[in-house]
Amino acid sequence: MIHVSALRKVYGTGVVALDGVDLDVREGEIFGVLGQSGAGKSTLLRCVNLLERPTSGTVTVGGQDLTVLGDAELRAARQRIGMIHQHFALLASRTVAANVAFPLEVAKTPRAERRTRVAELLDLVGLSDKAGAYPAQLSGGQKQRVGIARALAARPKVLLSDEATSALDPGTTQSILALLRRLNTELGLTILLITHEMQVIKSVCDSAATMRDGKVLESGLVHDLIARPGALLTREIFPLPEPAPPGSVTLTFAAGQAGEPVLSGLVRKFDVDVDILGGSLEELRGVSVGRLRVGLHGGETAAALAYLRGRGVLVEGP
Amino acid sequence: MTFEELLPILGQATAETAQMVFWSTLLTALLGLPIGVLLVTTDRGGLAPLPKVKAVLGAVVNVGRSLPFIVLMVAILPFTRLLTGTTIGTVAAIVPLTLGAVPFYARLVETALRGVGREVVEAAQAMGARRVTVVTKVLLPETLPELVAGLTVTVVALISYSAMAGAIGGGGLGDLAIRYGYQRFDTGVMVVTVVLLILLVQLIQILGDAIARRLAHR
Repeated sequence: MIHVSALRKVYGTGVVALDGVDLDVREGEIFGVLGQSGAGKSTLLRCVNLLERPTSGTVTVGGQDLTVLGDAELRAARQRIGMIHQHFALLASRTVAANVAFPLEVAKTPRAERRTRVAELLDLVGLSDKAGAYPAQLSGGQKQRVGIARALAARPKVLLSDEATSALDPGTTQSILALLRRLNTELGLTILLITHEMQVIKSVCDSAATMRDGKVLESGLVHDLIARPGALLTREIFPLPEPAPPGSVTLTFAAGQAGEPVLSGLVRKFDVDVDILGGSLEELRGVSVGRLRVGLHGGETAAALAYLRGRGVLVEGP
Repeated sequence: MTFEELLPILGQATAETAQMVFWSTLLTALLGLPIGVLLVTTDRGGLAPLPKVKAVLGAVVNVGRSLPFIVLMVAILPFTRLLTGTTIGTVAAIVPLTLGAVPFYARLVETALRGVGREVVEAAQAMGARRVTVVTKVLLPETLPELVAGLTVTVVALISYSAMAGAIGGGGLGDLAIRYGYQRFDTGVMVVTVVLLILLVQLIQILGDAIARRLAHR
């Protein structure tokens, strides 16, 4: 749905914000780009609707290469790409309803049609009772709901989210993420989001990419990434003290084995002592995934590790 | 001078001041607003970056801002004659008043428009809005309270300038105060005009504040 290829962005000052980025966002998925501030993720997102013009490379959305479009065509293409913002970017001088109607005015939708569409959208985000309120009278979470309703007004197939939950408290963040997930399933909306919050990737993303210094270091389905040895994402989601102590083994239970008694089986079968050094368990898109650091002593250690691998556990070290 | 003698003179002077201030305010708003918009949009990183246009425009505005009004008024006498056919009288005074106030208001407009967050402008662009739509539907409506407040300040400045327009026969309250109150040592006239000017400024400020408050939704 969104295909970014060999994207480079060099600012006039010589700063390289994007250094050859490739990204593939499939239709109907939620794709999260994780990175520290300054990693280039914001520039990447702004290149997808060409708010920022890339120095080189191509951006294809819905099969259309945006980098070759003229002004009028680009404006038409942008109407098919919704965007939500960290600080909501609502117009303070307009009511909630008028804010949501704004993209429809831009698209020259007739007034009557605008009115029914706005009512529909406010209902969708649960703010029908706030139609006449001004943004200053809303809470942060409500403002972002208006932002989402506005972004969806022109029925885009793609939604870009620029740190949409970074200015919200954890509870509100969860409710906004749940709304995004619902819109994704109900409308088949493809969502590309950037965030520095691991929580966002954990709770809603099907796929993820990790960025650093203008480069994508790894990208793919979250579950595939976690099953990959040495994945940065795994270390971010399940932080364990690094470097691992000598002789220790790090086990990642990525394919649902987190619910199975793998370790007790290990102890019984191979006569080893298991010393748990650290670990955590997370629910990733409905599947429990765990990461455990253990020390194995005595008995048939090598055979024990082979057994674990045989059960689909990712074994790293010693 | 008795009150009966003063009243018609006072009435005429007030009418002249009102005439000068009204027309020059109208023209200032019409000219200052687009110039203020251009100062912001032609800026580097603005909606339509034209650094050279911006540099020239900025310099012209600064020239206008740096001349004391009384000097500006005299300096542009030939221009005033070109436009109005005369250099004396209330109508002629509207030309320097407008020219003096336009750069002032343009800078106030510029400052107000810069207050609109970059994210808000980008949000509109991301929706596929044209640049002119961003100006008419985002920048101007979002800053309407500040634009009104700025115009109020400009009107007050224009009342003050208009007092100087007496020097070229523009008439008005300031002229009255100088001719009767100062040159003829008529303290009564001086006091009355001063009180009238204070009331006028107060009234405009209160009115402007009320409108700006009414328009603000924050």
